[in-house]
Amino acid sequence: MAGLLSKERIVAGPNFNRWLVPPAALAIHLSIGQAYAFSVFKLPLTKVIGVSQSAPGDWKQTQLAWIFTIAIVFLGLSAAVFGRWLEHAGPRKSGVVAACCWGLGFFISAAGVSLHNIWLIYLGYGVLGGCGLGLGYITPVSTLIKWFPDRRGMATGMAIMGFGGGALIASPLSQLLLDRYRSATSVGVAETFVTLGIIYLAAMLSGAFLFRVPAPGWRPSGWLPPAPSARGLITHRQVHVDDAIKTVPFYLLWAVLFLNVTAGIGILEQASPMIQEMFKGRVRADAAAGFVGLLSLFNMAGRFGWSSLSDRIGRKATYALFLSLGPILYVTLPYAGRIGSVALFVSAAVLILTMYGGGFATIPAYLSDIFGTHYVGAIHGRLLTAWSAAGVAGPVLVNYIREYQIEHGTPAGQAYNITMYLMAGLLVVGFLCNLAVRPVPDRYYMADDQLTDRAMASARSSRPCMDIDGAE
Amino acid sequence: MSPLNGSESGTEPPGLAVVLVAWLLVSVPLLWGVWQTIKKASALFR
Repeated sequence: MAGLLSKERIVAGPNFNRWLVPPAALAIHLSIGQAYAFSVFKLPLTKVIGVSQSAPGDWKQTQLAWIFTIAIVFLGLSAAVFGRWLEHAGPRKSGVVAACCWGLGFFISAAGVSLHNIWLIYLGYGVLGGCGLGLGYITPVSTLIKWFPDRRGMATGMAIMGFGGGALIASPLSQLLLDRYRSATSVGVAETFVTLGIIYLAAMLSGAFLFRVPAPGWRPSGWLPPAPSARGLITHRQVHVDDAIKTVPFYLLWAVLFLNVTAGIGILEQASPMIQEMFKGRVRADAAAGFVGLLSLFNMAGRFGWSSLSDRIGRKATYALFLSLGPILYVTLPYAGRIGSVALFVSAAVLILTMYGGGFATIPAYLSDIFGTHYVGAIHGRLLTAWSAAGVAGPVLVNYIREYQIEHGTPAGQAYNITMYLMAGLLVVGFLCNLAVRPVPDRYYMADDQLTDRAMASARSSRPCMDIDGAE
Repeated sequence: MSPLNGSESGTEPPGLAVVLVAWLLVSVPLLWGVWQTIKKASALFR
């Protein structure tokens, strides 16, 4: 079994069609993207005992909010801890482990619902599922960058678009399943978790088994790496993951991702109540739900669109666009509320969400430009701790400011204004961080013999006598 | 070019049909999800 999953076994032959890798990546990201649709279960989970309505002993929303928070924290932690292992073990083994964690997470959570034990859900969906999220997130990204050196942004955008798209599938699918399984004695969550666990396990395993890695030295037919320029950010050399985290650009990019995600969460967290309270009497609950759906669509579209554009204009310029347009758009939101323009409000919000998604999708290509492609999975994994931090800081910040304002007499419809100005300020800081990103100092690049030594050590630790000749 | 001994890549590479089927399998659920979301979002414009 270990051999079946090994990296050496899946080195592609000369005629392998690299366009088989993106659907494999999508199968994994569409599955783990379910995390964004977890809110579908929030209400049913508060009625597990009472079924038709909450009964004494039923879980509270505050207890349930921890499930998603734990999952996002473990996403970042597992990506950071296991990223280096992924580069050694290869995408198939890593994909299989991610599938098992994600699937098993659902099964344990189903047991938690049946036994009405919240700790089992924290462990299942939060810890184990979070590890599945982290490994599942970085596995395809690292592989795609190696297959598409000519279109890194587009390739990673395709996979990470799947993470946004996963929520679009999971939300109506979960609702269908809940309706199907609901009965006089059950809210149907446990049964839905088991069904989703089976579906996602199968989809992710299929994706993992489709993965191939390019042979050493492989490059797309007819493509030549662009000549390096003295001031350019794109390098052909490699920085080891342990050295990457000692460099200033790593922390600047960490800050950029953290600030961009924190600001995006400011919208996502409050989208539904915000539009209803800012346009009281004009936007009802069903229209607000439609607005949230629209945000998800643009979040997904931005992942592919912006990252593909970054292949043409460069990563630094793409982030400069996000972080300069972003503050203007955030400031536009309270203004739209003041003049009562729903159209302006919705337009600004959806544009912001494209940049939120674009920020996630473009960062792996940015990292590979600066640190090389060799350890990009591991470096990306460590950078994703920024997402975890933003996943905790964003909602806390947003909710605290809103509560503080309301307690001090601010009308509900205007209680979002300060938050939006703060988010605009965060993006300005992000803009400055992005502006400060420079190529890595020479001393951090690996020498050719270091790379060869590591490749040989890796080959010795796997199979002997393997003859690879896969260059196109 | 020598074969990759014992590796799966030593077998026939996937044909275009396999690639198309793989794309279809991920596109259909994604398009269904997009369609469902558009239906939901249409409430905003009513």
